[in-house]
Amino acid sequence: MTQLGKRKLEKLERLAELSAINAGERGESLWREAFKRLRRNPTAIIGAGILLLFILIAIIGPFFVPYDEKDTHWIGQVSARDNIIPGPSAQHWLGIDHNGRDEFSRMIVGAQNTLFVGVVATAIGLIFGCLLGGLSGAAFGLGGKRGRQLDNVLMRFVDMLLAMPSLLLAVSIVTILGPSLPTVIIAVGVIVIPTFARLLRGSMIAQASAEYVVAATSLGVSRRKIALTHILPNSAAPVIVQATLTLATAIIEVAGLSFLGLGNPDPSVPEWGTMLNDALQVFEFAPRLAVFPALGIIITALGFTLLGEAMREALDPKLRK
Amino acid sequence: MSLLDVQELSVVFTQRGREDVKAVDGVSFRVGAGEIVGVVGESGCGKSVTALALMGLLPEKGVVVKGRAEFDGMDLLALDQRTMRDLRGRELGMIFQDPLSSLNPVVPIGKQVTEVLTRHRGMANDVATKEAELLLDRVGIPDPRRRLKEYPHQLSGGMRQRALIAMAVACKPRVLIADEPTTALDVTIQAQILELLKELVHEDGTALIMITHDLGVVAGLCDTINVLYAGKVVESAPRKPLFATPNHPYTRGLLGSIPRLDSVRGEPLNPIPGSVRDLLPWAEGCAFAPRCERVIETCIEATPELLGGPHKYRCVNPVLGQSAGPEHLLEQE
Repeated sequence: MTQLGKRKLEKLERLAELSAINAGERGESLWREAFKRLRRNPTAIIGAGILLLFILIAIIGPFFVPYDEKDTHWIGQVSARDNIIPGPSAQHWLGIDHNGRDEFSRMIVGAQNTLFVGVVATAIGLIFGCLLGGLSGAAFGLGGKRGRQLDNVLMRFVDMLLAMPSLLLAVSIVTILGPSLPTVIIAVGVIVIPTFARLLRGSMIAQASAEYVVAATSLGVSRRKIALTHILPNSAAPVIVQATLTLATAIIEVAGLSFLGLGNPDPSVPEWGTMLNDALQVFEFAPRLAVFPALGIIITALGFTLLGEAMREALDPKLRK
Repeated sequence: MSLLDVQELSVVFTQRGREDVKAVDGVSFRVGAGEIVGVVGESGCGKSVTALALMGLLPEKGVVVKGRAEFDGMDLLALDQRTMRDLRGRELGMIFQDPLSSLNPVVPIGKQVTEVLTRHRGMANDVATKEAELLLDRVGIPDPRRRLKEYPHQLSGGMRQRALIAMAVACKPRVLIADEPTTALDVTIQAQILELLKELVHEDGTALIMITHDLGVVAGLCDTINVLYAGKVVESAPRKPLFATPNHPYTRGLLGSIPRLDSVRGEPLNPIPGSVRDLLPWAEGCAFAPRCERVIETCIEATPELLGGPHKYRCVNPVLGQSAGPEHLLEQE
């Protein structure tokens, strides 16, 4: 075979290989494609890495902590009068806090509590926000005149929530229900409801006039089915992105409420916001006790934000190649 | 006996602070079972609005629909939404222009096809999936089992349109409305799709309303043709006489503006001057008058009537006699 013929053959084989690869990729949904884009994005990798570490620590960490996080065993080493709080050592990696507890153990268990609080608060906001927004959007898009009236009523309620400054709303809720961990979670959940509701409603209304909705209508598909199987999946992307970003703000909000003294009234249960507030009393001579939880909050929030932004990019059809 | 009898259909769009827009203005036509009727015209002449009005897909707000559309003893235009929803997909099918945007991007093709079957034919999911496979096979999609699991963006344009057609004919509707089904496709695929539609119509005895701007499409397909201009039918005739002796200057212009292979190179094309926007309201004479080269005094005095036997036209100064137009289009069949 000539040199040229060989090269041609190689090229053909290469092409066949490539098309085989492409053929293997069939059956992919938009979501999977978005995931593929996400994997190529360094921002997403960094964000996901941070979060993976955080989640691993939060879930597995508490089983391996060296000491009980509530044990004030080393209170003898702390001298309030002389302002002595032992710093990091081989025995206590992050030192001892002002109540004689192991700071490292508290940080790890605190990660778990912080993650739990953030996730549950976001879930509350997501569920109720999507119920409100989904109902509203479907009613406006498909329900005709009565639907628009229903949408109007629901949205005015959401506007009321939105009109109040979020922290003030959260503080009011906590004051009414009394400070406790569940209350803080509920308060933070409530203040993110309007964001999700507005977002899903807007997204659904935009989809409701899409051509495939008209096409589905022309096939006699029922309105409920159009809303659930056609409009909703197409409107979900911005909501999912927002949920990731909200996880970051929820953790910060919870920390903020705890910092204001509206969090868990039992300071022995470690949660990063509570720890931060607690450390304030001894901030002058042991700033590290505030720095560790603060760093924890910042890094985690950064992780969620980076991943959220990367997801927004990956799911945005306009940025798609 | 016609299956669908549209009489004096008119659609007016109203908007506060603006003048009403008469998109469709007294359109009448009939379709019998197994018959193909073409509705032809430029963009904005009211073709698609006619289709949407018949399907009851126009928004309720700001739209006034008048006239009758008799189907099976019912007036489609007067039915409530609940009954319409039941008819749509089962008795009335519609095929849309842009197959990509008419398919839901995040739902697999199979699910979109089975949706119709479970809705109207009460099939269980597994039976519907088998039926969907047969349907895709019938519209000529190769390897239908695999395609069922795929998403619209993974199909080629022609296959997408075939999938849409499969959905529209899933319940063997008696009336099928095709709104420019080939516009988004390239020519070779166009021919395949038209052939498919023709087959389906002949096999099932479906009445097909073919909406298009492409005279080549109607020449090869339709039994009767209605030419629409500014919401009114300006010429209505069986296929052969329409192409052989177009009487309305607009039809003649449309035919004349098709580029011809046998014309001398360098010879200018013959567009109709102006655009649909340069129109006179029909109330003040012929809407086509500003663009017509045969315009005379009487044209702008009163609205011309649609007159004549089987070959009807709406013109006071019609072109009579043989066409210089492209009869060769007829040979495409």
